[in-house]
Formats: sequence, structure tokens, C-alpha cells
Amino acid sequence: MWYAILGQIFIVIGVVFLFLGSLGIYRMPDVYNRLQAGTKATTLGSFFTIVGVGTVHPAWFLKCLIIALFVLFTNPVSAHAIGKASYKIGVKMTDRSVVDQYKGEEDE
Amino acid sequence: MFQEIPGLMWYIFFIIISGGFFLLFLRFLRGPTTSDKVVAVDGLTTVTTPTLVLLSLFFKRGMYLDVALVYAILAYITVLAIARYLEGGL
Repeated sequence: MWYAILGQIFIVIGVVFLFLGSLGIYRMPDVYNRLQAGTKATTLGSFFTIVGVGTVHPAWFLKCLIIALFVLFTNPVSAHAIGKASYKIGVKMTDRSVVDQYKGEEDE
Repeated sequence: MFQEIPGLMWYIFFIIISGGFFLLFLRFLRGPTTSDKVVAVDGLTTVTTPTLVLLSLFFKRGMYLDVALVYAILAYITVLAIARYLEGGL
């Protein structure tokens, strides 16, 4: 069957992106860099993996699509909340960062 | 019905995902500040949801997809509550 092969390719792509997101969270030097690397790669990996499972088993496709859309909508919101909270409690940026665009908006 | 996935592919999926879990847990143990640990927990919950979906395909039971959906909702609420607590408003 062609859709089983397509679903397995989707699952492999998603799993590799999940691993790369975890590697980014481990290797990046800063809280904000970790949030950026982790959230983007992990969201794409989750979407590909769940849609791939739905492609392998076509009777589950609608439910898998609902879970994937939920992850796609709620993951950036939680990352944004963590980033804003950790900026407000004064977590330092790394020394190599060049610009802080949020600092000016706080004084207004 | 659906076609079975060969056993070698399951080894590839679960070994790569286990490497991701290992790195995230190492970051959770080593994180210098509290925010790093919260980021690691967020990553762990995000990686757990596709793992639950994969396990529901592995055990061939459709009911386990509901577990993944409820876990995703609870993880979202948990991370929002922890972020609110870090900010000092809870």
C-alpha cells in the first residue's frame, strides 16, 4: 500500500525533528535560545509524527488531525508565556546576544 | 484495515525518541536557573504526546489516542500555570 510507506516517511521525518529539538534544548547557551530551538523544531516534529500515524491508519486520521492541530495551536502560547515570565524575573541573556528589543517597550 | 509496520522501523522510531528524552532529562537535571528546568519540562511534555500516539499505533488500540489528547490538554494547562507562578502572580 502506498499510504503506509508515506506514513512511515512522515513518522521518520517527525521523529528526527523531535530529536533535533531536544538537541537544541540541550546545546543552546541561553533560556531564550533554548525556547526558540525547542519550540519550533518540536512543534514541527509533533505535527509530522501525529499526521504520519493518521496516514498509516486511515481510520484514525480525523482524531490524529485534531490532536496535531491542538499541539500546533497551544505549543507557541506556552512557550511565549515561559519566555515573558523568565524575562520579567530577570534571567540574563548570554554575552553574545546583540540586541534586546523588549527593553525599550517596558519603559513606556 | 491497515498495513503492519515492520519491526525494524519501530526500533528506529523508539531509539531516536529515547535519545531526545535522554537529552531533555539531562537538561532538566543540569539547568542553571529555574526557567531552564521549566523549558526542559515543556519539551518533555511536547515530546511525550507524539510518543503516546506512536504507542497507540504500536498496541493497535484506538482508545489510547484519547489518552494522548487529554495529556496534551493537561500539559498545556500545567505549563501555563508554572509560567504564571514564575511571574509572581499566583
